[in-house]
Formats: sequence, C-alpha cells, structure tokens
Amino acid sequence: MLQNLFPNADWAEIWKAIIDTLYMTAISVVATFILGIILGLLLFVTAKGNMFENVVIYKCVSAIVNIFRSIPFIILIILLIPFTMIIVGTMLGSTAALPALIIGSAPFYARLVEIALREIDKGVIEAAQAMGANKWQIIWKVLLPESMPALVSGITVTSIALVGFTAMAGAIGAGGLGTLAYMDGYQRGNRDVTLLSTIFILIIVFILQIIGDYMTKRLDKR
Amino acid sequence: MIKLKGIKKFYKTKTGLVNALNGIDLEVNKGDIFGVIGYSGAGKSTLIRLINMLEKPSEGRINVDGSEMSTLSKKALRDARKQIGMIFQHFNLLWSRNVKDNIAFPLEIAGVPKRERERKVKELIHLVGLEGRESAYPSQLSGGQKQRVGIARALANDPKVLLCDEATSALDPKTTEAILDLLVDINQKLGLTIILITHEMHVIKKICHQVAVIDNGIIVEEGEVLDVFRSPQMAITKDFVKQVTSDSESEEAVKLIKQTYPSATIARLTFAGEAANRPVISELLKQEAIDVNLLEGNLSQTQRGALGTLTLLLDGEAPKVKDAITFVENQGVVVEVIQHASEPVS
Repeated sequence: MLQNLFPNADWAEIWKAIIDTLYMTAISVVATFILGIILGLLLFVTAKGNMFENVVIYKCVSAIVNIFRSIPFIILIILLIPFTMIIVGTMLGSTAALPALIIGSAPFYARLVEIALREIDKGVIEAAQAMGANKWQIIWKVLLPESMPALVSGITVTSIALVGFTAMAGAIGAGGLGTLAYMDGYQRGNRDVTLLSTIFILIIVFILQIIGDYMTKRLDKR
Repeated sequence: MIKLKGIKKFYKTKTGLVNALNGIDLEVNKGDIFGVIGYSGAGKSTLIRLINMLEKPSEGRINVDGSEMSTLSKKALRDARKQIGMIFQHFNLLWSRNVKDNIAFPLEIAGVPKRERERKVKELIHLVGLEGRESAYPSQLSGGQKQRVGIARALANDPKVLLCDEATSALDPKTTEAILDLLVDINQKLGLTIILITHEMHVIKKICHQVAVIDNGIIVEEGEVLDVFRSPQMAITKDFVKQVTSDSESEEAVKLIKQTYPSATIARLTFAGEAANRPVISELLKQEAIDVNLLEGNLSQTQRGALGTLTLLLDGEAPKVKDAITFVENQGVVVEVIQHASEPVS
C-alpha cells in the first residue's frame, strides 16, 4: 500500500536521511545546550548587580549573541563556509553542517538561559551567600539546579528550531530529510517524496516536544 | 558577642544619596535574644544584613565574636558567615531540593563529608520537629514548616549567632507562636545569640530580652524589654507598646467610660516583672478609702517576667485619689492618668 501512496520513495534513502537528520540534531542540541548555558551564565553573572558584574564582558557577549541571532540561518551557513572548511575539511555532508547549526542556535539558547536565570528568586542566592557559599558553589548548586526546568524547556524549543535548521542546511547539501525533500522531491518533481520527508520531520518534532515536556514536568518541583 | 560602632550606610540612587543608617551603635551579649523593631523603611533590614556583610557599611565597624567583619578577606568572610545562621521572611528555600537536601545544603557548602551530613540532618529534623517530612519538597509544605526547614538549615553549621529577618512576618498568628517558641527553645538549648528584626511588638514581647527601636536610620530607644514596656520614652516606642498592651476594643471602652463618668479619675497602671505578682490593688483598697472600678486589664508573659496593664476608675475625695496614685507608684507600678477628676461643682 505504501508503494502505491509513495511510488517514488526509496526507503533505503529515506532511512539514511532520517539517520542523518537525527545525527545533526542530536550533536547540535548537545553542543548548543553546553555552549548556550556557558554564554547565558556569562550574560547573567556579568549583568549589573550580579556576582561578576562587568560591563565590558556583558556588552561584548551580548553584542556577539545578538549578531549571530540576527543573521538568517541560510546566509550564516554560507558565511561560515571558510570556517567550516578549516575545522571539518569539507563543506558537504552532515558533519559539515554542525558548526553552522551550533553557531546559529547557541546564541538563541543563551538568551533563553539568561531569562531562566533571571527568574531565580534573588533571596535564594542571598541565602546561599549568607551560608558562605563561594561563586562556583552558587552557580553549580543554586543557579543551575533552580533554573533546570526552564533550561530544559528552553532546549526543547531550541531543538525544534534546530530540526528546521537541518532541513535548511539540507538544501545546500548537508544530507538528511531536507536534502531528500529538496533534491529528490522538489528538483525531480516527486511530490510524494517531499510529503514523506515532511511527515518524518513532523514525527521527529513531536517526539522532541513530548520528551521535553516530560522532562520539564519531572524536574519542576515548584 | 556582636558590636556595631558608628555604622552608617548610604545608597546612591538616581535622585541622590539615600541615608539608610545614620550612625548606629549596638552591642548584643552572648546568649541574648535581641530584637530590633521599626516600621518599614526604618533601616532594620539593612541593619541585620550588615552583620553578615550581605550589605557593606559605608562607615563604621562591625565585630562579630571577635572578628572585625569589614576587614576580612573574601575567604575569611565566607568562613565567618558559616558561623552566622540566617532565616528569612520568605524562607528562601531551594525548591529543587527536598527538606533533607535543603538542610544539607550549608553542610555541602562547608565541605562536610556525606555520612556526617546525614547524621547532622537527622538531628536537625528532630530539633525542629519535621520528622516524616524529610522527602517533601518546599512546595508541599506549609509556611510554618518551610520556616522550620529554614531554621534547621541556618543551624546546620552550628553557628554562634542566628539572624532572623522578619522571620514570622509571613506567617499566621498561630504558626508565629509555634516558630517563636522554637526560637526560644534553641536559644536555651544551644545557647545561641539571636538577633531579630520585626515590625510586630508582639514578637519582641514574647521572646526578646533586649530591644532597640529604630527610626529613620537611628536607634531612638534601647533597653531591657520589661523596662521599655514599663516606661517607653519616645512617641514611636509608645505606639509599639500600645500594639500589645491595649487593643482598639478596650480603647473604645475606655472612651465610653470617660463620657459616662466625666468627673472621675481614670488611670492606666503598667506592672512589670516583680510588681505584676504583688496584690497591689487589694493593698490599695485597705490603705485608702476610695472606690475602685476595674475597666480593663491585660496580663502577658515576657522572657524576663510578667507584664500587665490595668485601667482603673478611681472615685473618691480628690486628696485621697491623689494619695492612692502615689501609693501605687511607690509599689513600682507606672501610673498614667488618662483623665483627671474635674473639680466638683458645689
């Protein structure tokens, strides 16, 4: 029956495309999570009135984050081609898409991290200081655990945006479901392949959302 | 134990310099429960935060248990803070940790080994009466239970001083009583010096030994709780004392009596400590040939003895009423004449 509905589908190709999309999404989500938390923490702790108040660092990080958040992703990939060539050695394939994916989404996530950290009750930070906690203890034992549900729901939103980014990267040869939809579907006029790619992308997105919601709920003890 | 000398604190704001504290001198003895009372904005919050250096003084010196707080290095200050527990109006618990782990938090910070932590947490849970709630998260606790966790957490590193920042202001009256009882209990059991700030005179009356009244960034009155209640000097102190010695209902009653007997003498007697236990009124009646009508009375317990007020209507010949008042005053009772007898029209 599937053969009738999607006459042009090459299931081995589709399977490979799904794996490529999952690979790009997984690696870039993990890297974005780490890099975004580092940048977000940096923004939070150097902001006015906080532990490491430092106008210069805050303004610099803030400017970098804003710039990379503002460049349309498809343009960012092209701009980053020389950088990608240096660290990956090629500009084709799934791995070559990773630098652009991470650099495109980490600044966005960093802002979500900053917002999540700002939501923490100042009184709790004050209580930790009153107990004699040093700054690292406050970061590890107060800031990160207390904001964890917001950090997880933030990475859920970001990872869904990232699936979209992988599809865009696919249009210029990163592989995955984006390439499949564009090359096999659009350029060869196989509408069924485009539709199939869309369905699998939607399935991936729904699964990510369900996992994210579940984890946020589990972590949130408020 | 704690000495504040010449403390001033200014804040820079957009509209200029704001003086939060204008020269505070304060001394708290070891083992005392010292209360600071003032209206909001009087500077009491700033004052208590100076003691553990959550706020730095603009001028002046703070000495806690022999160490000069403002000269300590960052590391030494963190160590000093472990000796000073603090509890808060809004509890400030970590909602991501359950009761056990919240209490263990300061121990983790101090680097206490896991086994020792567990032993200490168990002991503290018993002390504050939270057995059976060890695995509950703060969101599952009542206000009073949250403050118990706060107290246990503050005591984890065996501090010598406990700072209470409006610790009962967010609690209902019944829970307030229970938490205050717990504070007295740990003060006696552990010999802990407690400093608390509040805007409720009731809290001062119930648990404090010493009290300081703060207004506009200076201490306007200070002393033993009983002395301050017996004879408050400043208007603001009188207002605070009124909070606990008379309620608005009895004020109304006295007003009504004043209208009914415009020619009688009405006096408010304040008994404190020793005087509250003596049969002053019955002695008075034996001594002087006057009529006494009891209008209103009130007796409560403080940490340093009983405190009572009586509002009396005194009826009789003018010189005898005068003698009666002198007699009562000689018994160590403070007399405030609310209404003087008008000269009889004859």
